[in-house]
Amino acid sequence: MADSPVIKHGSDISAAVKDSLLSGLIALGLFGPLVGLRTEQNMRNELVVQGRWGLLASVIGIIIVGRFLLLTLVWPAMAARKERAGPVSETPSAARQAVSRWFAPASVVFLFLYPAIVVSLLGFQGSLKWVDNFGIQILIYVMLGWGLNIVVGLAGLLDLGYVAFYAVGAYSYALLSSHFGLSFWLLLPMAGIFAALWGVMLGFPVLRLRGDYLAIVTLAFGEIIRLVLINWREVTNGSAGISSIPKITLFGIKFDASPDGFARIMDLPISSAYYKIFLYYLILLLALLTAFVTIRLRRLPVGRAWEALREDEIACRSLGINTTNTKLTAFALGAMFAGFAGSFFAARQGFVSPESFTFMESAIIVAIVVLGGMGSMVGVALAAVAMIGGTELLRELAFLKTIFGSNFNPDQFRMLIFGLAMVGIMIWKPRGFVSSREPTIFLAEKKSISGSLVKEGHG
Amino acid sequence: MEVFLQQLINGITLGSIYGLIAIGYTMVFGIIGMVNFSHGDVFMTSAFIALIFLLVLTTVLGMSSMILALIIVMVIAMVLTSLMSWAIERIAYRPLRGSFRLAPLISAIGMSIVLSNFVQVTQGPRNKPIPPILSGGIEVMNSNNFAVTLSYKQILIWVVTAVLLAGFWYLVQKTSLGRAQRACEQDRKMAALLGVNVDRTISLTFVMGAALAAVAGTLFLSYYGVVNFSDGFVPGVKAFTAAVLGGIGSLPGAVIGGLLIGLIETFWSGYFSIDYKDVAAFSILAIVLIFMPQGLLGRPEVEKV
Repeated sequence: MADSPVIKHGSDISAAVKDSLLSGLIALGLFGPLVGLRTEQNMRNELVVQGRWGLLASVIGIIIVGRFLLLTLVWPAMAARKERAGPVSETPSAARQAVSRWFAPASVVFLFLYPAIVVSLLGFQGSLKWVDNFGIQILIYVMLGWGLNIVVGLAGLLDLGYVAFYAVGAYSYALLSSHFGLSFWLLLPMAGIFAALWGVMLGFPVLRLRGDYLAIVTLAFGEIIRLVLINWREVTNGSAGISSIPKITLFGIKFDASPDGFARIMDLPISSAYYKIFLYYLILLLALLTAFVTIRLRRLPVGRAWEALREDEIACRSLGINTTNTKLTAFALGAMFAGFAGSFFAARQGFVSPESFTFMESAIIVAIVVLGGMGSMVGVALAAVAMIGGTELLRELAFLKTIFGSNFNPDQFRMLIFGLAMVGIMIWKPRGFVSSREPTIFLAEKKSISGSLVKEGHG
Repeated sequence: MEVFLQQLINGITLGSIYGLIAIGYTMVFGIIGMVNFSHGDVFMTSAFIALIFLLVLTTVLGMSSMILALIIVMVIAMVLTSLMSWAIERIAYRPLRGSFRLAPLISAIGMSIVLSNFVQVTQGPRNKPIPPILSGGIEVMNSNNFAVTLSYKQILIWVVTAVLLAGFWYLVQKTSLGRAQRACEQDRKMAALLGVNVDRTISLTFVMGAALAAVAGTLFLSYYGVVNFSDGFVPGVKAFTAAVLGGIGSLPGAVIGGLLIGLIETFWSGYFSIDYKDVAAFSILAIVLIFMPQGLLGRPEVEKV
């Protein structure tokens, strides 16, 4: 292998053909029944199977051809390039450094200008979709991603029940504002505090557990909270949810068509766009608050302790770090930001139901954090934009409907892509696709291998 | 008493299914120390494979003997599900050995999402009901107008589970494959030094777990008569609870844990509240992991640097 990167023809090609035919056979076994035969209910409500042989044949064809190309072209080419490139230089080029330095401030400026740009291009009515579906929706996930990033990315505790704290925040706002008429600005910190308390309450018993046990227990807690929300009908109204949750006001000014509403006071034509733009800036500020707190905390002893905990818990404990407190602060802070995001979510939707807080939602947030590179703020934000914005875009593309039929629903494919991306990231770039975050401080110089290459606790 | 007896019968039936799934969790955890999160969805997919072949056999090929069809379907489901699990291990888990601690779990979560959404995309999001298989049963007891029945389906599930567990026990205890598997469980490096093909043994562990899950999937389909793409998650978590309760890594533990979870669930819904039956299962999971992580029959785990 080392002496000639050129493909040896003959035996290699026939081996590749054999190998790709074998993969085709395996693919036939894997996809044959599920892709080739679709179960469908007929008019008499009986299930019948329909063959989809064309689709099956094309799937298997793609796999055979793909495997063949991989074996004959892609892998030899990659091996050859690796050989030519030699050792990778440690310092990135000046251009890359400039990009990574200016990217974050530039994107913050862009985010502040975004509604103005959209409104100037499309007018107030036209901006609705872009500010609401893209702006607000993505920023909620950015904020959740950054919140979970504290727990998963910095402290290395895999939390599969993060959505529970989001639910606590949402239901605190929904219940307290509709029953007691409290304002959003009072309930926002309260929702955060409630969620943080839940974080401590649920965090406390699970702290002794190892990584994957902790993940499973947080999942169980998340599901318990959702099931209680469904079944405790007297308080939460069960799966029907709570509707007509009061909207947010700005210094007592309502965003509606009333005489003292925002549009009348400012002498503007009545439109729902003002409220959306206001919500956009609100969630932007909340998300930036999350980012700011995280960045500051990372420089404090507790932030250093989180990163140390992520790298090696036993070493951390033997150096005298109180792992209980460290884990609890991570849990509580992460939960608090989820609580903020939850109360914002409830106010924005005007409706909450347990449907919004399923395990899949937790999985989406975990996927965003994992894809972004656990610990990296910019990476998580980019992953949220790509994943949430990407699906919203898929929905917009009309030609996809003509290909996949009128009942094409990108949400199904979104989760499929999320799942595949999670597996792929773990295989190729376990520290994240978009960017990676090494511990903030090292000893004076790095050892010959970096922590991202080896199992934790070595190197 | 009658209610108790009926719930006992139902609970053992449900517990057998959980036990069959739980073995997959416990074996994989025992050998590579990983929570195979996608196992519940492997179970669900196997139920779909069984559904498809059952329909092919009965409606397309017109097979009339239901019991024969069920046996053929079970064998096909076992083979195809094993192949699937083998492929999953090869693609999604094997490259991660030696990666950081949470990597296999995250990959398994990804795989679980992929499986359930793949089935949703290819087979549609609706419930898939099948006509009842093997109706009727034996009346065990009848007093105060409450008939305790043991249906033929339940007998089938008991018998199949018992036969499979016996066969499986033989496989693990008496064959060279089982010996290799137990050796890898104790010390993978040492086993490799002594000439055990570790990668092959791990693959076979996944295959065995998947074959048992496929049986559970077929039995689940014939018992409830309906399957949905989202049916993998909750039974998966419950079976994992069973594995943990019995002591993860222990095979008899998984079966005992499965039966216990099945019994707790049916008695809980029979005597307390059917709404909170899943809450009960999830609470047991949390409580056992927090207070008794070694389970009933497991060994306490020693943390090593």
